[in-house]
Amino acid sequence: MNDLERALWRAGDHDDRAAVAARAFVERADREGLIDVAYTTVDAPVGELLVAGTSRGLVRVAFGGIPHEKVLLELAEDVSPRLIEAPARLDSIRRQLDEYFEGRRTRFEVGLDWRLTHGFARRVLKHTARIPYGDVSTYKSMAAAAGSPRGARAAGNALGANPIPIVVPCHRVLHSGGGLGGYGGGLDRKALLLELEGVTGPWARRQASRSGSR
Amino acid sequence: MLLDDHRGAVYRFLVAAVGVNDADDCFQETFVAALRAYPRLRDASNLRSWLLTIAHRKAIDAHRARNRRAIPVESVPERAAGPAADGEPGLSEGVWEAVRQLPSKQRASILHRYVNDLPYADIGRIVGCSEAAARQNVRAGLASLRGAWEQ
Repeated sequence: MNDLERALWRAGDHDDRAAVAARAFVERADREGLIDVAYTTVDAPVGELLVAGTSRGLVRVAFGGIPHEKVLLELAEDVSPRLIEAPARLDSIRRQLDEYFEGRRTRFEVGLDWRLTHGFARRVLKHTARIPYGDVSTYKSMAAAAGSPRGARAAGNALGANPIPIVVPCHRVLHSGGGLGGYGGGLDRKALLLELEGVTGPWARRQASRSGSR
Repeated sequence: MLLDDHRGAVYRFLVAAVGVNDADDCFQETFVAALRAYPRLRDASNLRSWLLTIAHRKAIDAHRARNRRAIPVESVPERAAGPAADGEPGLSEGVWEAVRQLPSKQRASILHRYVNDLPYADIGRIVGCSEAAARQNVRAGLASLRGAWEQ
């Protein structure tokens, strides 16, 4: 309406200072034990990853395919609403992921918080966590290891819903016939991770023939 | 929906309400208080209003503390230690100084209206009055600001 109102609207851009204030707050909140879930993002060849941890350990890794906002809201709902972006709390896993993608790390040394998994799915994922780097297994044998030899399909569902992909290496589980199977983050990412680990298979050719289309 | 989504709104409000020097402390106090109380919050849809209500109280505390500090050294300008290179202080900064002199309900109503573009119903909830009173507070605040502005 006039200069006065224009001056009022022009509240100024304080985003930089807000970020500094936020950092100080996060440090203090962490010291005082007020953060139940810390999260941050990590740049990776498979796209930006959202990484979240609790006092028990790593609780969630999410690919960019699902909007991070949605993942965060789920975490707020399923774990705790005291969910804060706190990169320093996740320094170790961030560094390990960097090393993994540079081919300098073959196993993750990080505590895992399994609370987003239950029952049979949790058993399948815990067995999957033991498949070594560069090795692969099958849905059928993961199902058998979890106590249900005929539950290959259910094992596939459990792996597809893996809340901690990459670190719990569900990409190392393939079809008995050697096919790629499925992947929660999309088959291109699965192929990329296997290739990074030096695993070759028929899907590699498939990838090559489609190179350029991501 | 997430606490982190409201950092900007809270910080903007606090800079306008208490100035850059006290904003950082108030920001920290606001979010720490929010985290302490958070499990008790039922209606997450009103997260922003709720955070701003806390920030509003912290701003009032900061004003009181500053007034207590200010008594013995009246001649020291309030913002003497402020970083001069911090953006363009001129026009807007002068207005905010004037806003900070307003009675507390007018001050808060003006801030929520113009800094965070809140509807009057939300302003009323935060400041603790009716929607109509919030509207009246903004009007009255603008009127006295205009008096100062036009001089």
